[in-house]
Amino acid sequence: MFAFIATRLLQAIPVLLVVGLISFALFAYVGDPVSIILGQDHTEAQAKAMIHQLGLDQPFFVQFARYLWGATRGEFGISYRLAQPVSLLIKERLPATLELALTATVISIAIGVPMGVYTGINRDSWFSRLFMAGSLIGVSLPTFLVGILLILVFSVSLDWLPSFGRGTVVHVGSWWTTGFATASGLRALILPSVTLGLFQMTLILRLVRAEMLEVLRTDYIRFARARGLTNRTIYFGHALRNTLVPVITIIGLQFGSLVAFSLVTESVFQWPGMGLLLVQSVAVADIPVMSAYLLLISVVFLLINLVVDLLYYVVDPRLRMTRRSS
Amino acid sequence: MNSPALNPIAASLRDFLHGDLVHNFRTSPVAVVSAVVALILILGGMLAPWIAPHDPTDLASLSLLDSFKPPWPSEGSDWFNPLGTDSQGRDVLSAIMYGTRVSLIVGFWSVIISVLLGILAGLTAGYLGGMADTILMRVADVQLTFPAILTALMINGIVAAALPRSMREDVQLPVIIVSIGISLWPGIARTVRGSALVERNKEYVLAARVIGVPAWRIMLSHVLPNVIGPVSVLATLGLGGAILTEATLSFLGVGLSPSRPTLGTLIRYGNDFLFSGQWWVVIFPGLALVLMVLSINLLGDWLRDALNPRLR
Repeated sequence: MFAFIATRLLQAIPVLLVVGLISFALFAYVGDPVSIILGQDHTEAQAKAMIHQLGLDQPFFVQFARYLWGATRGEFGISYRLAQPVSLLIKERLPATLELALTATVISIAIGVPMGVYTGINRDSWFSRLFMAGSLIGVSLPTFLVGILLILVFSVSLDWLPSFGRGTVVHVGSWWTTGFATASGLRALILPSVTLGLFQMTLILRLVRAEMLEVLRTDYIRFARARGLTNRTIYFGHALRNTLVPVITIIGLQFGSLVAFSLVTESVFQWPGMGLLLVQSVAVADIPVMSAYLLLISVVFLLINLVVDLLYYVVDPRLRMTRRSS
Repeated sequence: MNSPALNPIAASLRDFLHGDLVHNFRTSPVAVVSAVVALILILGGMLAPWIAPHDPTDLASLSLLDSFKPPWPSEGSDWFNPLGTDSQGRDVLSAIMYGTRVSLIVGFWSVIISVLLGILAGLTAGYLGGMADTILMRVADVQLTFPAILTALMINGIVAAALPRSMREDVQLPVIIVSIGISLWPGIARTVRGSALVERNKEYVLAARVIGVPAWRIMLSHVLPNVIGPVSVLATLGLGGAILTEATLSFLGVGLSPSRPTLGTLIRYGNDFLFSGQWWVVIFPGLALVLMVLSINLLGDWLRDALNPRLR
């Protein structure tokens, strides 16, 4: 187990270095930081002083090492657009995005898994057909259209839920803010998280259904029936448990795209998270924010992949056995 | 009677029309309906300058008096603007047709780029193996962990930052095409590599190598034909994905400039009028986008099943 984690962490290092290199190259060589910081009118001496101050006259490897060292301590330079440290901006925005992605994942699992089990067991019922047709639409609808439609129905026509922002947030600890603690925060969370979770939910639904259909055909299920076990034990104790490995893989891999698709959802709902920050930064070529986002999101993806691998061990005892014997 | 020997083109056409693929197509209602829908949208988009009822780029023909006409059967609508008009009196139907045209052009060329890159990388990795294989596939793996939309957004933003402001307008279209094309290549490269690995060890390839056929010719004339099937499936699904990626970028406001609106730009723009009740300005472009992507994806799914011998 320990050896496994160590190997995975070692494998992640070259990937992180490459991403770090790209993100550093972006930071140091794209655009002209000196003229952006000083403005168009500046003297040669001012430019020289600024180049020295930013360390741009140092050798490549020194600059790269300094960049990485700064990144490990959460220093990513200063945003061109907002003239604030990037680390501060990210600290402000990170809780919003993580709470949104987490809620979307919980919703998609809480709805997707039971619907998948139901459609897997009652393959030909009318409800199953309805769910499957609905899921096809869910897969094909682009995220931003889902958001617009939900706003049209629940904010414009029915006027039940807010269409933008995070509602009232409460400070927890030194920098974390949460929308979970107030009624307006929870209400504001509903539409964005449903929008973000819909695609993932349909994916989970279809996957669980396919896996259930596969597992229910196997001999040990027939044997369990012969033993006279109740349907509940068979479906949830035996069948569903064996569908979990692919489902965890998909949920894990999708968490990454969830963070990416939060760009779109956050833009539709003006949700003050990292995605909205990135979109606004790309539009005006705010390079320090872009390079910090690239680096952070890579770390997040690598961590998720690691967690997914570890979860396999928890769920599938066979993997533990082979690892021990080898 | 046409003898096949005398007329090989007619014969191969006849073989194609009576072949499995066409038969499979005609007996699949989903495929036929999707093809018809996709064809209508593609023709409507590509022929927009000639058949659209109005020219949305012609500012002189716009009149603010015509603004926000509702779509056809509702009160205050008329036949000249069957899907209504937007805030500047632009005909929504015509705007959708012109927008579809730009979306299709971007989607089509991005897929061409990703297929060319994917085939080149896949053949090199699969047939030559060794270091080339390791490096190319590691790059593909790393890129695959990033969603395509993020890759395209980043490339787009980096190029925009690197270029002087005056050039940006001119190179927008190629930049967005290349950035979406690059975001799609790893999937194709992996498939091509898989097929190339299988073919490399077959005896006919060995025979070709023995008589001294150069590696690039073996790749092109022996290995490549074997990957056309899977690549055509991926290209079809990729077209749907590319159109969606472009629409998303335009919706986020980082794609093409508003002077050349795509479906995504129209949706972004229509989004502003959601709260004032002019739903048609956003819903109809959205519908066109969904129909387009859905029909292309269903065609891709059908093609995958039709070309898969295990499902016959």
